Amino acid sequence: MARTLITAPSSARRGEAVTLRVLLQHPMESGFRVGADGGLLPRDIVRRFSCSWNGERVIAVELFPAIAANPYLEFSALALDGGTLDFVWEGDHGFQHREQRSISVA
Amino acid sequence: MKAWALALLALVGLAAMAQPLPDGRRSGFEFMGESTQAMQRDDALNPGMLWVLEGESAWSQPVGAEGRSCAGCHGDARRSMRGVAARYPAFDAALQRPVDLRQRIAGCRQKLQPQAIAPGDEPLGLALEAFVAFQSRGLPMAPPADPRLAPARERGRQLFQQRLGQLDLACSDCHEAMAGRRLGGSPIPQAHPTGYPIYRLEWQGLGSLKRRLRACLSGVRAEPFAWGAPQWIELELYLAWRARGMLLESPAVRP
Amino acid sequence: MKRRDLVMAAGIVLLPPARATPEAMAAAIRSFTGGVPLREGKVQLDVAPLVDNGNTVPVTISVPGVPAAEVAALALFNERNPHSDVLRVDFGPRAAARSVSTRIRLATSQQLVAVARLADGSCWSQRVDVVVTLAACIE
Repeated sequence: MARTLITAPSSARRGEAVTLRVLLQHPMESGFRVGADGGLLPRDIVRRFSCSWNGERVIAVELFPAIAANPYLEFSALALDGGTLDFVWEGDHGFQHREQRSISVA
Repeated sequence: MKAWALALLALVGLAAMAQPLPDGRRSGFEFMGESTQAMQRDDALNPGMLWVLEGESAWSQPVGAEGRSCAGCHGDARRSMRGVAARYPAFDAALQRPVDLRQRIAGCRQKLQPQAIAPGDEPLGLALEAFVAFQSRGLPMAPPADPRLAPARERGRQLFQQRLGQLDLACSDCHEAMAGRRLGGSPIPQAHPTGYPIYRLEWQGLGSLKRRLRACLSGVRAEPFAWGAPQWIELELYLAWRARGMLLESPAVRP
Repeated sequence: MKRRDLVMAAGIVLLPPARATPEAMAAAIRSFTGGVPLREGKVQLDVAPLVDNGNTVPVTISVPGVPAAEVAALALFNERNPHSDVLRVDFGPRAAARSVSTRIRLATSQQLVAVARLADGSCWSQRVDVVVTLAACIE
């Protein structure tokens, strides 16, 4: 169960641009580092992140090994109607994590 | 305490972090670049908060045969743990020696789960340390005036000024004489442990003061003290006293 | 002699590149732009010119002054990490401002290139040189 820190407002005005910030606890092992025994540490990164609002895409991100550990993303979404924000992270070794937040729009 | 009052206190604490003391002591925060400072200032950006959150859920997690939790004895940590981290290292009456916060937490957890804490529990100990230290954020460091701590603290002061390692450097050589100047492009801070456990960018993770001190010893090419050696707590005691009155920033971000 | 040369040649082929090159970065950029020539401007890359630590470098890519609906995708590339790509972002119908902030890793001092692909197919870039210092006390 990966830990996340999601900063999203619980409400917004219709037509407003809402700033969403997500932080995921993940080593983002690049696959280029060498371990204590001299062997290459295998790659283990988050490769994709996406956010949807009531099922409609806000953003889709492709992440590469150059993204820092405990990946942070900040982006902007348009408040059209209240409902559910969906956050999905996917990565190496079958990693998948999903979070949801409710947001009301007046 | 009302949420808004806590938030206001946190803001005051965070703002006060940036002020140097009249005696010239400055937190490592001030030696960092603007974007690293921004990472520490904002809880939504601070990766150390991930560990604080982990510690928060561990706080209420029942463990052991009797299903007890930290919350079972200590209740709401925001009240019961406020000011605690600022007073560590402290003298542990049961062990009859000084202990740091992590050791105190480990001792407590041992009471909940009498079997020895497995090596795999270390991440949990770190998360709890982050959570407890966070409750003292914004408070001045207040090392106790306990006379039982004095001998160890004095040994720590001597260690701080003792040349070590192949580079033959004492802590004071860099962190007092050269503080504010640069070593290989990086600014040399004054070495005040105001933000532990810290999210160190070099580690890409959270770590304790002990871990940072170990890296310092590697830095001067000295053999690190043995894991259970008294030198670690002696140094921590002296560093805490040296930073008395400076505001706690846990969890801090450092380069 | 001939057999040893063959073995050595095979060894060289098998070794991965220690570092990406400006050519590799150009190839990565081409895979994003589809071969459309880059023009300087429109996209903005915010990053500190001197970073505290190459492990965690905050960056922000934005396209100020261009209506959001006209910006389809953003990408960031680097010159000297083992891999040229840093991230690629596609905006959907619920996106507002065409901007993204994240934290990246830089192996050494190098040039970063931010690229915006607009709805009309044009591609715009900005290049920033970043100085990365190594930590003085390492474990």
